[in-house]
Amino acid sequence: MDVTILLQQFINALSLGSLYGLIAIGYTMVYGILRLINFAHGDIMMMGCFFAFYGIFMFSLSWWASFVIAIVLTAVLGIMIDRGAYRPVRNAPRISALITAIGVSFLLENVGLVVFGGRPKGFPRPEFLGTIHELWGVRFLGLLIWTPLVTLLLLAFILFVVYRTRVGRAMRCISFDMETTRLMGVDVNRIVAITFAIGSAVAAAGGILWAMKYPQINPLMGIIPGLKAFVAAVLGGIGNVTGAMAGGLLLGFAEIFLVAINPDLAGYRDAIAFAILILILLFRPSGLMGEKLPE
Amino acid sequence: MLEINDLNVHYGGIHALKGVTLSVPEGKIITLVGANGAGKSTLLRTICGLVTATGGSIRFEGRELIGLKTFEIIKLGIAMAPEGRKIFVNLSVYENLLMGAYNRKGETEQKRDIEWVYTIFPRLRERTAQKGGTLSGGEQQMLAVGRALMSRPRLLMLDEPSLGLAPLLIREVFRIIGQIHGEGTTILLIEQNAMAALHIADYGYVLETGKIVLEGTGKALLEDERVREAYLG
Ligand SMILES: Nc1ncnc2c1ncn2[C@@H]1O[C@H](COP(=O)(O)OP(=O)(O)O)[C@@H](O)[C@H]1O
Ligand SMILES: [Mg+2]
Repeated sequence: MDVTILLQQFINALSLGSLYGLIAIGYTMVYGILRLINFAHGDIMMMGCFFAFYGIFMFSLSWWASFVIAIVLTAVLGIMIDRGAYRPVRNAPRISALITAIGVSFLLENVGLVVFGGRPKGFPRPEFLGTIHELWGVRFLGLLIWTPLVTLLLLAFILFVVYRTRVGRAMRCISFDMETTRLMGVDVNRIVAITFAIGSAVAAAGGILWAMKYPQINPLMGIIPGLKAFVAAVLGGIGNVTGAMAGGLLLGFAEIFLVAINPDLAGYRDAIAFAILILILLFRPSGLMGEKLPE
Repeated sequence: MLEINDLNVHYGGIHALKGVTLSVPEGKIITLVGANGAGKSTLLRTICGLVTATGGSIRFEGRELIGLKTFEIIKLGIAMAPEGRKIFVNLSVYENLLMGAYNRKGETEQKRDIEWVYTIFPRLRERTAQKGGTLSGGEQQMLAVGRALMSRPRLLMLDEPSLGLAPLLIREVFRIIGQIHGEGTTILLIEQNAMAALHIADYGYVLETGKIVLEGTGKALLEDERVREAYLG
């Protein structure tokens, strides 16, 4: 592989891995405090893309205004899903919550098919993200550079919230012991709502970046990135924010470079993620950066 | 300050508290002693709203607590150091203390209170940056009490603070309970260690399988034949 191709693939992997990581953060935060795998997370991301799409084409907003509004609306959607679907089964056996999550996922996908229609829609790209840059003979979209930068910023923000604020401290306590956290005077439902809001907002941001990359959207677009982000979260050690990002990057690099080294694998690209999932569950279920939590 | 009247609690078919009536006047140390499984923890957990009562009333400064959420009850000025300490093992000692002050505003005040807790428990100061999980049993108990103090509660409830500690440490824990009381905090103390608890308490209750079977001043209970036989050996 010559250096130009290597650099090209590196940029591709970095931006793909960042997107997996961004979506994985929402999975990992919700799992961290509720021990719930939010199977609807990829669909929440899809909803964010449609909010942005309609903001631009139906309400003629500028791209940035529509992105901001879409992210806020997706955060609200996340809170509503928690409130309406998950909170009622919070004290039920964990399997009930899991089944509820799968139900929410189907609901969002099918409401999407009915309301938005199944035909893919072209997603707009602001001009500066669509320009082609050239570096050492490598040509790439501006978007591919902006994606990891935005990701880094969002990651820093989330790490700040989780490790440096009062709300974040409460999140870490809930993940260890919900009842004792209540004894500290914490309104646990409120912290859970904030967690859903942050996870969903970040998923919307990731989804919009994803949509601009392809650049089209459809109501089932959340399924594959959702599954892969789940693998990334498990790979990094589910419950751990930094781990989710590391898992996402690792998965992005594995996919891009395995295919680059052996182009025959191109058809199996999606299978790589699931092979990794099986391996990690067999050999290191707590993930690469996961800490063993007491039950 | 705290008035409990005819309180009943069921766990499914188990009748864990059978009409408990108990009162904690302001400024006193009240103790509730009883054997393992008598329902002592259930009483504290019901006061905090972690367990739902099936009948009766719990009034704190005239206000009914039954039906309130735990965080609302804590905000009224009640704190509990739960059975088994329940330290946040993944947080530092300092962060554990900050969690105790969750609903209090003002960073300078919190820092000052952490200093105050550190003067009561100098050992915690040495461990300030350590994870809660790395502390010894005695240190964890001190942290649990210190964390409860951080909310500046008017009523402090302690669930078996001497459990699992060496005799020397038990003496230390009871000395500190006396000191906290001396600084003006009302205390509801739950103990299996009836001797030590009745010694420092103003008034005591004996709980047996969900019922109060005896009550009286600490001194009177210590001299009571039945108490001596059952709990003091
Ligand atoms: N969560 C629970 N579910 C069912 N039974 C319980 C539960 N907690 C306590 N009990 C029962 O209630 C009774 C009182 O328990 P507890 O309040 O823990 O007693 P103590 O603190 O005095 O040792 C015991 O018989 C215990 O088995
Ligand atoms: Mg007990």
